[in-house]
Amino acid sequence: MKAPAVDYVRPRSLAEAVDLLANASVDARLIAGGQSLLALMNLRLASPGLLIDIARLPELLGAVDDADGVTLGACITHAAIEDGRVADPSQGLMSKVASTLAHRAIRTRGTIGGSLALSDPAAEWPTVLAALDAEVSLCSANGGRSLKCTELATGIFATKLAENEIIESARVPMLSNDARWGYVKLARKSGEFADALAVVVTDPQRRYSRIVSGAANGAPLVLEDTSRLVGEGGRDADALRGAIGRDLDRASDRHFDEFQRNLHAIAAIRAVKQVLA
Amino acid sequence: MTAIRLRINSAAVADDVPPRLSLADFLRERRNLTGTHLGCEHGVCGACTVLVDGEPTRSCLMLAVTCDERAVETIEGFAGDPVIATLRRTFHQHHALQCGYCTPAMLITARDLILRKRAGSDREIRGGLAGNICRCTGYTNIVTAIAEAAQEIGKEAANAH
Repeated sequence: MKAPAVDYVRPRSLAEAVDLLANASVDARLIAGGQSLLALMNLRLASPGLLIDIARLPELLGAVDDADGVTLGACITHAAIEDGRVADPSQGLMSKVASTLAHRAIRTRGTIGGSLALSDPAAEWPTVLAALDAEVSLCSANGGRSLKCTELATGIFATKLAENEIIESARVPMLSNDARWGYVKLARKSGEFADALAVVVTDPQRRYSRIVSGAANGAPLVLEDTSRLVGEGGRDADALRGAIGRDLDRASDRHFDEFQRNLHAIAAIRAVKQVLA
Repeated sequence: MTAIRLRINSAAVADDVPPRLSLADFLRERRNLTGTHLGCEHGVCGACTVLVDGEPTRSCLMLAVTCDERAVETIEGFAGDPVIATLRRTFHQHHALQCGYCTPAMLITARDLILRKRAGSDREIRGGLAGNICRCTGYTNIVTAIAEAAQEIGKEAANAH
């Protein structure tokens, strides 16, 4: 199918984009890579009145690298991260993740900020950035604020983003040299959205350890007991499986069926084993 | 209508387009470049893959208006391209197409894999082709043709040094 009629504007600065979004008289949507939005428009599941094209705003394309972390502009593409064209704070985790995300011809257009803003439960970045303890900077006509990625998503395609807010960047803390990560994506076909995602990050030097499940019928799900156990150096497979099971069962609001619960448990234990290997 | 100026296959083009017009429809219907094929029109089949600013892109998931000040290359623009020339020959030799509908995008995707050095094994090629659907061949001959082209081009590059 074809996209419905829509108006279009390409602002030349972030300030202009903020202004357009604040003052739009119709249902305005930001478009960055458009790899989800245009599919939804072609299927007539979305019909915004105005597209505000932010893909090439210089303020959203920079990557700033300092000792504590990297600030990635919202319109950096998955392919740029895959290729290592921007600084990597994550010891290779983000590049690995990007390489498993959809297909190359999607990754060359799709952006990290777009993925966070859409907040598809099965998308990679919301889960991975939650595991890395990243935070996003938001700007609007009322000023700016930042939010932890663990707080940004509130549910399925739902975030704390206000109607007039733009994700400006994601700040990812620098992992120490001896940090470890594990990443498992279970999908029936390469390039598909995940049926289950699990991301583990441990950084003993920073006393940090977190495991997050994605594609979990809602926002990224932090597995608290398991995170603690892994942080304490737990290596016993049965104890780890027990903690994962407790964490998944505690998330009763996710309404996992037996198959989904099993998939998430398998993804989580495999990801933990990558860290312990 | 929105005015756009872009380069298509190295030629400067200016046009007025409705914002809803996809790059694929723009290429096919306004520029008569019908080598770009449309299968699913929602980013799944890969038949509409072209290069935008040198990178493979689904032309059904890009609006023509967003290509203002960009460079687009379609299969018609690769007549003198040495990698495509090699691929065209190995596709022919290995019978890597039947109906041919997916072929322009297969060639553009294969060229990108070879140039990025992501065609070193059958497994790698299959991974790189996962976003391009072929309903005739079962992929085996396509993978063989790309592997052979990658090898030849790799050897030529090694000899050149």
